[in-house]
Amino acid sequence: MKRQANVRIKTLKIDGIDVGAREGETILELARENGIHIPTLCHLDGVSDWGGCRLCLIEIKGSNRLVPACMAQAEEGMEVFTKTPRLVTYRKMILDLLLSERNHVCAVCVSNGHCDLQSMAQELGNTHVGLPYLNPSLPVDATHPYFIMDHNRCILCQRCVRVCREIEGAQTKGAMGRGIEVRIIHDLNEPWGQSLTCTSCGKCVQVCPTGALLQRGKAVGEMVKRRDFLPYLQMMRED
Amino acid sequence: MNNFPDLTLLTPLLERYNGRSREALLPLLHEAQALYGWLPREVQEAVSRTLRVPLADVHGVIEFYTMFYNKPTSRRVIRVCDDIACRLRGSADFIAALEARLGLRSGETSSDGSVTYERVPCLGMCEHGPNALHNDDPAGNLTPADVDNFLARAHPEPRIQKHGGPLLKLARAGKVIPWSLSDYEQHGGYTTLRKALAMTPEAIIATIEASKILGRGGAMFPTGLKWRFTRNAPGTPAEKHVIANADESEPGTFKDRGLLEEDPFGLIEAMTIAAYAIGAENGWIFVRGEYPRAYRRLATAVARARQAGYLGHNILGKEDFHFDIQVRLGAGAYICGEETALFEAIEGKRGFPRIKPPFPTTHGLFQQPTTINNVETLMAAMAVLTIGLEEWLKIGTPDSPGTKWFCLSGHVAKPGVYELPFGLTIRELIELAGGVPGDRQIQAVLMGGAAGVFLPPDRLDLPLTYESAKANNFPIGSGVVMVFDETADMRYALYQLAHFFAHESCGKCYPCQLGTQRQLEILQRVLHNGGSTPADKAALEDVGFAMTHTSLCGLGQTAATAVLSATQLWPELIVANQR
Ligand SMILES: Cc1cc2nc3c(=O)[nH]c(=O)nc-3n(C[C@H](O)[C@H](O)[C@H](O)COP(=O)(O)O)c2cc1C
Ligand code: SF4
Ligand code: SF4
Ligand code: SF4
Ligand code: FES
Repeated sequence: MKRQANVRIKTLKIDGIDVGAREGETILELARENGIHIPTLCHLDGVSDWGGCRLCLIEIKGSNRLVPACMAQAEEGMEVFTKTPRLVTYRKMILDLLLSERNHVCAVCVSNGHCDLQSMAQELGNTHVGLPYLNPSLPVDATHPYFIMDHNRCILCQRCVRVCREIEGAQTKGAMGRGIEVRIIHDLNEPWGQSLTCTSCGKCVQVCPTGALLQRGKAVGEMVKRRDFLPYLQMMRED
Repeated sequence: MNNFPDLTLLTPLLERYNGRSREALLPLLHEAQALYGWLPREVQEAVSRTLRVPLADVHGVIEFYTMFYNKPTSRRVIRVCDDIACRLRGSADFIAALEARLGLRSGETSSDGSVTYERVPCLGMCEHGPNALHNDDPAGNLTPADVDNFLARAHPEPRIQKHGGPLLKLARAGKVIPWSLSDYEQHGGYTTLRKALAMTPEAIIATIEASKILGRGGAMFPTGLKWRFTRNAPGTPAEKHVIANADESEPGTFKDRGLLEEDPFGLIEAMTIAAYAIGAENGWIFVRGEYPRAYRRLATAVARARQAGYLGHNILGKEDFHFDIQVRLGAGAYICGEETALFEAIEGKRGFPRIKPPFPTTHGLFQQPTTINNVETLMAAMAVLTIGLEEWLKIGTPDSPGTKWFCLSGHVAKPGVYELPFGLTIRELIELAGGVPGDRQIQAVLMGGAAGVFLPPDRLDLPLTYESAKANNFPIGSGVVMVFDETADMRYALYQLAHFFAHESCGKCYPCQLGTQRQLEILQRVLHNGGSTPADKAALEDVGFAMTHTSLCGLGQTAATAVLSATQLWPELIVANQR
């Protein structure tokens, strides 16, 4: 990271620990610097924040509203709580909803053991899904020469959309529909292999937290993603 | 009609839009769709090139709004209201007759391409339901016997039903020719703007603060304070915006439509006053796509006001006061009434709400300082200046001065928009509207719309004021008072509510995207099986709890309130059944 060691200008508390923040720093960044873990799914270092997964919700003293740590600015005098009992309950409930939607049967997934969703479930202690599974049958797009998109495993975190847009600049990926029917698309909802704008850079595949985006030819449990990929790409761009 | 589209039709349109930015996407899609009836891929590609919007975003926007079509659709579209208030007035029979006559189910286009048919959420005309739209023409009070007349467009056009008094905000509606500026002037139009321009902006804001007006769009934010924040936000008047939120899509709400259709100059004058007070040069009116009549009248009124010098530079000779208005038409998405989603919609994006803070008063439309107010709020602010602060404070109660528009619908003898001082009880209001027809008893009243709560008959003596609403935990919201008599099927109403939210959830955040769907599935089972399983009942409560507390915006945060209020009041509705 190239970040300069700026003067610390704001002091606040996270989970009772005194911390110092730079101007413009988010609670998530600050917590990480101080070794305080806040779960995230849609957040991705290096691209804009989305605020949709709601797993990083935190409480701020004096306010009823829960705010996402990834987008909350650190302010002087704040008292932030990241692990109150109600936050823990909410996080488990949200993850439960997520696991019951689409198809997340890890045992048959190429990303088994390398999946952010799976590790999140382990972290939050979701061992079984409390709600009935929906198990919709969604298409698998295998038209691209190098990559596959399996909509059944997509959690709509929009990491791929943001990286394709903000880092690669191809703007191939987007989303269509509303509510439960939101789908990731390529251009005008074409098969990925027919997209005229995709550069086949593979960035989206590397940042996908689940087994929804894959390299061709991987067997169960084999798809290991390169999490160091993005900072490296950013450096290339900045140079 | 599956042929390759004739792109020469599109050329003059694209030339007109050439050089404009993404903000022109919604208007361009509307105009392009008017040419073809839908948006073929070649047209989508041309739009993408002209406005330099990525293909995926053009497609994503089209697929976000229910009134844009991505597959062959007729130029003639029939939309019939399938929502709660119309059902209470017998829409099921009309729908059945219409579907039999057309031989179509919702979402289908006839094989000859001559007509497309859809069932849609509340059309905002509940006072004369059952309602439908035949392209841009509204129709109301529809019975099975009216099907042929309706299809021939021979059914009479409904007008707003306004009642109550004192009519401070609805004074002109129904009395003036809506598109005539001279008529407007003869009925006192533009006298209040003259008065306002003789005051300092600071004095106007102080007056609005003292008037204690709270936003009439639902969130009840103090209006004077919102104006002051926007005025004080860094930026020049050219960088600041005033937006009239005319998206009005909350089921059961139809109050703003009356003003938009019958007194459009009134809204323009009210916005001009707000703009002067705030120091903003850009005005926007965002009207829901299902209000084509209101849109036409607003667009005409804005053009005429501009021609006459009421919009533009140095308005009424006031040096350095410039202000103009653009009217934008939505395309079928309840979420676009949420203020930040509305900004995204004007900016040509999918209507996803933004995370707040930062707030609109500093980072609103185009990330610039913005005041966004409900139509009625703007009219209330103008009314304070028209009658004077002292008179205003004499109306209503000390903490809720002035008048409110209430939307009476469902089982009442005289449904309509009632402009009344704050302070009446709910029961008095229902009696004013003629009570429940026949000898039937009230079973429940839905307050505040789909995002509101149900009240039982023994809680109707609560006064309609902000302080009573707060103390008794019911929302005044957009003024919805929907009456259900003893014959109403409440399970069906709950299913309709759940269906509405699942259909309108934008899908940005997990709790609402997934929770509204779960809520729908459970209430569907309750409806079909006459009860729920114990697991269902627990899940309904868990899901509601998670949505309420963790959703990103007001839609998800309120998607379970009406349902949970009903299950608390009438546990027998969803008791665990044995099957
Ligand atoms: C899902 C949703 C839909 C909304 N729809 C509307 C609407 O149609 N009209 C409106 O004025 N406000 C609507 N609001 C409230 C707006 O976000 C905003 O609070 C309001 O326009 C502010 O104006 P006011 O202060 O004058 O009430 C909606 C809010 C939510 C969460
Ligand atoms: S494909 Fe992967 S990165 Fe993209 S939205 Fe789905 S889960 Fe997220
Ligand atoms: S491979 Fe690269 S260009 Fe293609 S969709 Fe993924 S991120 Fe975009
Ligand atoms: S609460 Fe619902 S409507 Fe609001 S952002 Fe979340 S998904 Fe979208
Ligand atoms: S217009 Fe039909 S319910 Fe409102």
